[in-house]
Amino acid sequence: MSQVPVVELKDLDLVYVTDREAVLALEGMNLSVMPGEFISLVGPSGCGKTTLLSVIAGLFPPSRGEVLLHGKPVAGPSPEVGYMLQQDYLFPWRTILSNALLGLELTGRLSEDSQAFVLELLEGMGLGGTADRYPHQLSGGMRQRVALVRTLATNPDLLLLDEPFSALDYQTKLQLEDLVVDTLRQRGKTGILVTHDLSEAIAVSDRVIVLAARPGRIRSTYVIPETIRGAQPFYAREEAGFNELFHEIWRDLESLEGKGE
Amino acid sequence: MDEAMSKGKAGPKSAWIEEKWREHLRIKRRGSRLVLATQLLLLAVLIGLWELAGRLGWVDVLIFSYPSKVGGQILKDVLNGELWPHLAATVGETAVGFLLGTLVGTLLAVLIWWSPFLSRVLDPYMVVFNSMPKVALGPIFIVLFGAGFTAIVITTLSITVIVTTLVVYNSFNEVDGNYIKVIRTFGGNRRDVFMKAILPASFPAIVSTLKVNVGMAWVGVIVGEFLVAKIGLGYLIVYGFQVFNFTLVLASLVIIAVVATGMYQLVVYVERILLKERR
Repeated sequence: MSQVPVVELKDLDLVYVTDREAVLALEGMNLSVMPGEFISLVGPSGCGKTTLLSVIAGLFPPSRGEVLLHGKPVAGPSPEVGYMLQQDYLFPWRTILSNALLGLELTGRLSEDSQAFVLELLEGMGLGGTADRYPHQLSGGMRQRVALVRTLATNPDLLLLDEPFSALDYQTKLQLEDLVVDTLRQRGKTGILVTHDLSEAIAVSDRVIVLAARPGRIRSTYVIPETIRGAQPFYAREEAGFNELFHEIWRDLESLEGKGE
Repeated sequence: MDEAMSKGKAGPKSAWIEEKWREHLRIKRRGSRLVLATQLLLLAVLIGLWELAGRLGWVDVLIFSYPSKVGGQILKDVLNGELWPHLAATVGETAVGFLLGTLVGTLLAVLIWWSPFLSRVLDPYMVVFNSMPKVALGPIFIVLFGAGFTAIVITTLSITVIVTTLVVYNSFNEVDGNYIKVIRTFGGNRRDVFMKAILPASFPAIVSTLKVNVGMAWVGVIVGEFLVAKIGLGYLIVYGFQVFNFTLVLASLVIIAVVATGMYQLVVYVERILLKERR
């Protein structure tokens, strides 16, 4: 009963239409993501990773096929789905707290309780005392943590992460990977991560999905072994089998680029 | 021993840094003082030359007057109270013209942002109206609205509104699409996108059109007063010209320069307050 997938793609096709042409961006995608699962999408540029996230988020409808959320077709953006972008995109004219409350404000769920929940989240991510500051007064890592709080504030059960660590320095990125994975695991959330960083993908996910480009389609799926999966992302990189898996997927990606370009 | 030495070093070292900073401030202050002194000197020389030229008959006094005469004229108008109604009329028209111009221009920008269809429909009309020398419409406004306050304000609006609309609409379109995406992923509609992302992000642009519009409003008001000619500083200029009292013309110009500068500075001050928390 509980095994209804959180996200299900059925024969998904997506066509981009411009004045000049219509391009097939995604073709024949089939994918199920189970509750509590964390999957990563990797692939060469132009494989439609971000596009796929936007479709799942309901920002635009599929051209053919179906996108199901908890078994129901996606009609538009819903509060059950949280979205994190490559950069924090905190609104510079809002305070940290006000930024974190944005989602609650937009979904009409702003209350004393929900505000207390957000303050708790800020506290829990080491952002206590920053509530009345402005984004430009915070470091990049802190800002991305605020963006995570903003996403979690509406209590979505599916998180779409569009390269949220790519704009950070290496150390901050490792710390944030741990934080995000811990947070998602603790709260039993489902996650879909788009990334360029293959070792990140292996370290944080239960499954890594390799996409091919032009048109974007699923090429192969790698299930991450329990030992790597169980460890925190930082330590997962040291687990036995990590390097072998890394090289296996790496070869897969390389053969793709060789063929595609 | 080691500790004592490093401590001994720390004292003079920080004093040395302090001294560097003081010196930097001193040099900077000296620079600013020099600029101010030169500015005042230049003003004094120009006024002095003008005074001399008038008194020694180098120029025709009837046309060019000279500073003490102009000053006397201003003083006389201030003391006998004749200046105030003219000043009040002009300042009132300018303030209404530039505030209303900014407001109407911004609202129009909102309207065409809201409806891309309307934006495309109105585009050629805006281009034509923007290219037109709007003051040429003055006589039509006078016929429509009567020779007075309304016609002058409308003349001013005709100059300020379209430019405001174009600038503000442009700033709406330049807002980073990812802010809009943030709003949309939370299920926000077009109204949310506008109120929570587009408008606050464009706020600095809107405020800066206030600054541009102050200058434009003065043009509109003075031209309007030239045409309508009953009251106001523009009227004083035309009147002075007609009775060949160029001292009055120049006195009016001096007053306009002072008041317009004051108004501009006020708007700059308001802008600074409104944009304080941003970067």
